[in-house]
Amino acid sequence: MIYFDHAATSPPLEDVTRTMAEVMAQHYGNPSSLHRLGDESGKLLKKAREVCADALKVKPSEIVFTSGATESNNLALKGAAWQYINRGKHIVTTTIEHPSVFECCEQLQGLGWEVTYLPVNASGQVTVKQVSDAIREDTIVVSVMHVNNEIGTVQPIAEIGAMLKNNYPRVLFHVDGVQGFGKIPLSISDCGIDLYSLSAHKWRGPKGVGLLYVRDGLVLSPLMAGGGQEGGLRPGTENVPSIVGMAKAIRLASENVTAKSQEMSRLKEILVHGIQDLPQLVLNSGRDGAPHIVHFSYPGMKAEVILHMLEEEGFIVSTQSACSSKYLEPSRILLAMGKDAATASSGIRVSLGSEHTEDHINKLLNSLTKIINKLQKLKGEPS
Amino acid sequence: MPDYDLLLLRFGEITLKGRNRSRFEKAALSHVKALLHAFPRTEAWKDYGRIYVVLNGEPAQQIIQVLKNVFGVMSICPVKIVPSQLDDIIAAATSFIQDRPEIRETTFKVSARRVWKGFPYSSLEMNKLVSKPILESVPGLTVDVHHPAVDLRVEIREEETYLYSEVIRAAGGFPLGTNGKAMLLLSGGIDSPVAGWSAMRRGLEIECVHFHSYPFTSKKAEEKVIDLARVLSGYAGKIKIHLVPFTEIQTVLAQSGHDNLIITLMRRSMLRIATRLAENNGALALVTGDSLGQVASQTLSSMNVIGRATNLPLLRPLVMSDKEEIINTAHQIGTYDLSILPYEDCCTLFVPKSPATNPNLNVVERIESSLTQLDGLIEEAVKGTETLLIQPGEAINRDSEEEPVVQEKWF
Repeated sequence: MIYFDHAATSPPLEDVTRTMAEVMAQHYGNPSSLHRLGDESGKLLKKAREVCADALKVKPSEIVFTSGATESNNLALKGAAWQYINRGKHIVTTTIEHPSVFECCEQLQGLGWEVTYLPVNASGQVTVKQVSDAIREDTIVVSVMHVNNEIGTVQPIAEIGAMLKNNYPRVLFHVDGVQGFGKIPLSISDCGIDLYSLSAHKWRGPKGVGLLYVRDGLVLSPLMAGGGQEGGLRPGTENVPSIVGMAKAIRLASENVTAKSQEMSRLKEILVHGIQDLPQLVLNSGRDGAPHIVHFSYPGMKAEVILHMLEEEGFIVSTQSACSSKYLEPSRILLAMGKDAATASSGIRVSLGSEHTEDHINKLLNSLTKIINKLQKLKGEPS
Repeated sequence: MPDYDLLLLRFGEITLKGRNRSRFEKAALSHVKALLHAFPRTEAWKDYGRIYVVLNGEPAQQIIQVLKNVFGVMSICPVKIVPSQLDDIIAAATSFIQDRPEIRETTFKVSARRVWKGFPYSSLEMNKLVSKPILESVPGLTVDVHHPAVDLRVEIREEETYLYSEVIRAAGGFPLGTNGKAMLLLSGGIDSPVAGWSAMRRGLEIECVHFHSYPFTSKKAEEKVIDLARVLSGYAGKIKIHLVPFTEIQTVLAQSGHDNLIITLMRRSMLRIATRLAENNGALALVTGDSLGQVASQTLSSMNVIGRATNLPLLRPLVMSDKEEIINTAHQIGTYDLSILPYEDCCTLFVPKSPATNPNLNVVERIESSLTQLDGLIEEAVKGTETLLIQPGEAINRDSEEEPVVQEKWF
């Protein structure tokens, strides 16, 4: 089986699972306890925080451990919205955000906030000018994802950040970095980012753990009340084994990003060429998108059929994004990009990891060609 | 922001040093070089009264933040380098001002200086030649030659011309280690790290002494102090910390039955131990975070009785400072957030209900002479002291721990 669904989740590294098992068995003390066992867990947390900060080139005090990106995104947006309620009640985001941002904004709308959802162009991008035009006196936060999870579009984060810092220093800049981290180099400090969400399982770490970068000096209102862990921002006994596992994974993911990115781009290019050679398929992801996501449609064919046929051939791919693939509606993201309903409901996403080789890609293309021929024949026959 | 090419570091009071001046400047330069290790493309050298740091594309703002911590350096000017040609100078000076959008609706002047007398225009002529196009291109800017908000310096040398206007204040004081070595009594509080920083700023090399009394205090208290020393090491490149086991002495003093004098007695023992450590490590003074009147042990009378336990000069950089000033400095030097972590200090268990604010030296000395085991215990404490070398960003290895909790293979 060849796994091509890294954008949904990635197989945890063996080093990570081993580390987690060892930490779980040896260091079960509650990090808040005063005794030696608690102290030891506390040390592991501290080290993990340093490793995460190091990988992101930020300060340890700016790392808040969470249960994953959904929580990080909620904490960033609602935490900022509630904290700065007196400053204004307006949020700017895009129409192609992940549900954990999109629906968080809808929830806030229900509670009286106003949200501007910026439309995207045919390749799924917003422009700096759009963001700048949308900002009002009462805007508190701008939230733009780095890389789209479904089609891999990369947003102009550095330019948006620079525009905000120069013209609207009071407006917070939140970036959902889930799909971009480890795939495309990005500097939190150079891009003027105030809040940055990550999830460990997207870069071969464990599920159920992630982090939110909160720029020093920035105050958020916590979503949960509790024991004051994570500076009160995210109370609850820390998930020590997962956090240590995440630290290991983030360190490995942040190494040689440029080289890994180039290699994935090379493979992506081969895959994209192969798909373009198949006239039945429509390529939805752009050439300049993220190096690990290729998205295409087979208009007129249900995506699930292709998914299952590829599965029989030994390949794991995905329809839409994993978070919404159980619903049979056309993709919100593709519709926002101006695709028709037939294209938007027949999307297949192939997402790569650094373990893939040219051979994997060629095998996938062979099988895809085989499947399409088969389906063409089936369609040609009278029912 | 203009693209800066060079940083110009100026010395403060060490320029008054006459014959020793070169030694002081060398010390500052080597401190600068140590801090620039993180920016490998930079080059640094010194010239009369100045240190030059060529950036070669390394980030100016980050380096300024780092070099602001170099003791002995009074100010840092970020410089743009242009060829010593009139046209080049005028063009660069204009965009230099234009690149800083904060310079609008304000006053300025140009101060040209010809280091290279062969340059065809005089300084006065240059002032006019350079300021005219700037005034024309930047709306709202007016000239004020006496008290300008922006003073654009044009330093014309044969090889190249320097343009600069920002003067960023740096740490000042004397270069590290140029005034000898002292032992800093480092607790986990707000004051002693600030005292340590102040001492370093006056050119003292510092070694830290910390008294711990497990199980009266938690291990976290000790780690907090190590972390504080690590912050101080950021200013010095490295720092030693001596961890002194104080439990036995504290127990004996607590049992002596002189509740209200226990703090006085403890402090005297601490000074004796610190003095012995100073002798062993070639230090000539003790530094404490005492601030007059802050607590019972810091009344004049207490300081008198406590201070007599040592023959070494007792330096108290904060003695006349207000708490607020101390807190401000602690914020500035990055120790405040650590200092306020809520771990028990080694004295808190034994704080008496009414500590003596006016202890009597005779009484204190009599109590000490009745505690026959005290000298031996002090000697043991000195022997049992664990010394760690702390460097910013580096983990420390302690012999006393069998297996490290944080296993490298896990991260």
